[in-house]
Amino acid sequence: MTDLLYGADEEALRDSVRALLAAHAPWQRTLARLDGDEPYDAALWTRLVDQLGVTGLAVPAEHGGAGAGFREVAVVLEELGRAVAPVPFLGAAVATRTLLACGDTELLGQLATGERTVALAVGLSTAPPPDPDPTVTAEPGSALPGVVARVAEVGSAPVLHGVVDGVADALCCDVLLVPAGDGLYAVDTGGPGVRMTPVVSLDATRPLVDVGLTGAPARPIAAGAAASRAVSAALTTGAALLASEQVGLAQWCLDTTVAHVRARHQFGRPVGSFQAVKHRLADLWVEVTQARAVARHAADRLAAGDPEAPLAAALAQAYCGPVAVRAAEVCVQLHGGLGFTWEHPAHLYLKRAKSGAIAFGTADRHRATLARLVDLPAPAGRR
Amino acid sequence: MSDHTADRLRGLVAAFLRTHDPGGDRVGFLRARFDAGLAWVHYPAGLGGLAAPPHLQPVVDAAFAEAGAPDNRPRRNSIGLGMAAPTLLRHGTDAQCRRWLRPLWTGEEVWCQLFSEPDAGSDLAGLRTRAARDGDDWVVDGQKVWTSMAHEARWAILLARTDPAVPKHHGITYFVCDMTTPGVQVRPLRQLTGEAEFNEVFLTGVRVPDTQRVGAEGQGWQVARTTLMNERVAIGGRPLPREGGMVGLVARLWRERPELRTAGLHEEILHSWVRAEAARLAALRLRQLVAAGQPGPEGSAVKLSFAELNQRISGLEVELLGAQGLRHDDWAMRRPTEPDLLGRTATYRYLRARGNSIEGGTSEILRTVIAERVLGLPAEPRVDR
Repeated sequence: MTDLLYGADEEALRDSVRALLAAHAPWQRTLARLDGDEPYDAALWTRLVDQLGVTGLAVPAEHGGAGAGFREVAVVLEELGRAVAPVPFLGAAVATRTLLACGDTELLGQLATGERTVALAVGLSTAPPPDPDPTVTAEPGSALPGVVARVAEVGSAPVLHGVVDGVADALCCDVLLVPAGDGLYAVDTGGPGVRMTPVVSLDATRPLVDVGLTGAPARPIAAGAAASRAVSAALTTGAALLASEQVGLAQWCLDTTVAHVRARHQFGRPVGSFQAVKHRLADLWVEVTQARAVARHAADRLAAGDPEAPLAAALAQAYCGPVAVRAAEVCVQLHGGLGFTWEHPAHLYLKRAKSGAIAFGTADRHRATLARLVDLPAPAGRR
Repeated sequence: MSDHTADRLRGLVAAFLRTHDPGGDRVGFLRARFDAGLAWVHYPAGLGGLAAPPHLQPVVDAAFAEAGAPDNRPRRNSIGLGMAAPTLLRHGTDAQCRRWLRPLWTGEEVWCQLFSEPDAGSDLAGLRTRAARDGDDWVVDGQKVWTSMAHEARWAILLARTDPAVPKHHGITYFVCDMTTPGVQVRPLRQLTGEAEFNEVFLTGVRVPDTQRVGAEGQGWQVARTTLMNERVAIGGRPLPREGGMVGLVARLWRERPELRTAGLHEEILHSWVRAEAARLAALRLRQLVAAGQPGPEGSAVKLSFAELNQRISGLEVELLGAQGLRHDDWAMRRPTEPDLLGRTATYRYLRARGNSIEGGTSEILRTVIAERVLGLPAEPRVDR
């Protein structure tokens, strides 16, 4: 049965991540970074990888990882969401799942130790396919989500052409995993024919890049149905894990807002003593409480390799994405004028939440997926 | 505590079943189960338990159910089991626990709750029913309302004002009232569904021995808070499978009647399905927290969200049914012991669900409770303290 709690090891991991983030990634520093030209915090990323081994959590020990799993990855993401930390961990987790599915153990080992940073080259808004098990590939490439690149050959070596827009966690990565044609390819970002164009992103703490490939040398790592399954599993993983980040984010917004309305006085009383304010926060607390259960369920089913993981992931994004947005919006609103300023961190959370609501598919797309998975079909003639 | 394990308890149940026939006399079997400490295992020895951790209770219940043993019909005595018993255990005397807990657990004596009054609903502490001391007794006069099971109950937990001169929370005392005492009059209270699950109870010169006082004179509000906390957990704590609640009915209807489907209602059913599943998982997480010995405040969230979901989903069901949604089964005056939420027409569910956000603490009061007790927000300025 699904385990919705946190184990002792998971709590210890949370404490370590939270302490590291408190020491090295206070929001003031993240905010200041928005006006600089290095959106990712490379020093913080190095600490997370070297001191806490976060990139190895979901990698089996025989491939150089910690042999933990995606429940632990989810706990790290809760803390990173709480801090809106500008590090490419979610993308690394998605890449991990891709490589696990492909069985590319060499690259997996390098990812686990932090020797190389890897990202799956699909647009951040790409949803897992509504049919989670595309075992049949009707025509080449058709079942592979996120494909925008094509494959050519120079001599006998494949090269890739195309543009992949809006890829997250790829800005500083060493290797891109690119779905192209009916296969999946590894491309060195330092090699020829790869152009990475940073995007001015709604969420500057998770900056996007447009990837341009013009004859980029590529190494095939999976083909056909195996490639489809790998990309599907990776996108499902992203959707499921993002929910934990959203829970951490929403909890921060709730906690911060509660602290503010307790301290802030108007009309001679704390703002938080007004029923209009209290009831909004009580409703938000209920939603965050439920989002935690939903996100925990998704992480647990993912970790267990349950065939229902796609259902749990779709539920997680149908529920947790909107809750995070609501939490951030309430945070801005109940901070009043302060919440509308650049100098207060609420907008960092608002931008992360709103972009998260689109990442790995909107809630609406996930509801459509649920409609298929739980047999609640649309009226005839509709999707 | 540490010597209690699931295996050991299963062993105790097996040993008990070797000497007690589950197919024999029902009440005799239940009494013996109580005396063996296998009724509610987290209760103390001698009071139906073994002082075992509460998460082992399902193990014991499952072992008895597997053997085809009779249960104590818990839904018929939910006030007794869910509210009166934990309050007696925490605040009652040893003699009170010994007198009342055994027949309460076996279901031989049903309990009801005499708390709400016509002028004291959400503001329960404003209650006016008076209890005046007269020798070894208290004499109670007043009117109570929304009392489920009053017409079948032998005992009632009763809140009455014993000191009108002090601020309202300090002048209340908690009693146990024998519903067969002269002066107790029970009248059905017909509700908007046509039936009467609840009663009005009129108390006229009702004598309650001082030995049936629970907790100190004037401490009734503190004692009652135990009861009310247990009420919210009791209402919100049942485990459900996926689509186990009302959402399952509307989902089945959606699957079986494609001609009813519209785009707007498709959106609505998916929203409702997602919210129902989120609420279900949160309730499951609460159970896991309780079982792990970390009870949290999530119980109030469960009650609040199930009330809203039941209303939303039953409303959707009536609308989805269209012309058929205009037809009700009947308005007959009945006396159900609990609402038949799944067995009647959608219109009944829609109407009955209106009560879900009123009974057991209105949703408005629950939000205030969450804001103040869980989030620590300051109370509104009050003029009544």
